Amino acid sequence: MLLSIAHWLQNTGVARFIAGSEWAFPTIETVHVLFLVMVVGSITVVDLRLLGLASAHRRISRVSADVLPLTWFSFAMALGSGLLLFSSRAVAYLADWPFRIKMALLLLAGLNMAAFHLFTYRSIRAWDEARRPPAAAKLAAALSLAFWAGVVVFGRWIGFTVQ
Amino acid sequence: MPTVASFCDWLAQTPVSLLIQTVNWIIPAVQSVHILAVATVMASTVLLDLRLLGLAGTDQPISSVARRFLPWIWCAVLVLLASGSLLVMGEPRRDLLNPVFIAKMALLATTALMTVLFQLTLSRKLVAWDAAARSPGPALFAVVSLALWVAVLVCGRWIAYVAHG
Repeated sequence: MLLSIAHWLQNTGVARFIAGSEWAFPTIETVHVLFLVMVVGSITVVDLRLLGLASAHRRISRVSADVLPLTWFSFAMALGSGLLLFSSRAVAYLADWPFRIKMALLLLAGLNMAAFHLFTYRSIRAWDEARRPPAAAKLAAALSLAFWAGVVVFGRWIGFTVQ
Repeated sequence: MPTVASFCDWLAQTPVSLLIQTVNWIIPAVQSVHILAVATVMASTVLLDLRLLGLAGTDQPISSVARRFLPWIWCAVLVLLASGSLLVMGEPRRDLLNPVFIAKMALLATTALMTVLFQLTLSRKLVAWDAAARSPGPALFAVVSLALWVAVLVCGRWIAYVAHG
């Protein structure tokens, strides 16, 4: 089913335009990189706070409120530009193994964040000001750093392997 | 007369360059490190600039936000120079003969100089800047430095698409 969606996507007018244009792909890719680095960099600020390695004197909720709107905006832009890039060669990307690993890591990053918010973050009042948050929070932060670094590595790798 | 092109050809024959050219995972691996350092610079710059513009983190004085992010920017710049040097060594003609690469370096030098001047001014005018929610000097630096970093990033991506050699 994914393959038929990819075929359909690749034949839409937008996808054909991006695939056929000299400047469209590099331009959208530049936007993608700009917002992708903002996602990774801003999430790192929150993760380092959760690990007690930076901004340890500030409340965790305060750091999150400061940074996460930027993260979400950037994520929306990276996702939108990424979809456009994907559409231009959807079938080839779907078959590319670094692309598949990148998508799996994105999913893991999302699940990790969801689990953190649904369970660990419930008791935030008890450790909002803690220099060293509980182990579950530190684990979520370490996993987040690892997953996002992986997204960057395999994202860059796609450019060398996609056929 | 020595030229940039002959320097490129000499560089391409050095052992480090030959190693980068023959081991095919080195360039994607070094590029990944480069992008992670770009992420550090960009997020640090945007968060510092949003504070200078009075748009985020206004519960803290400018000096705290600057102390929080400037060391990260400088460390990341060192990582960028090191990883970038390896990439240049691996494919000298792709970069050193590329007008977009030259533009990127000029923009980088400009933004680095601006950041040094900002830091020097910051230490002199700290009290006045911290007292004001927003003052024109820091706000101007914020807008210009952000624009310069974005331009550096754009050039960085376009090196790969501009004809060279």
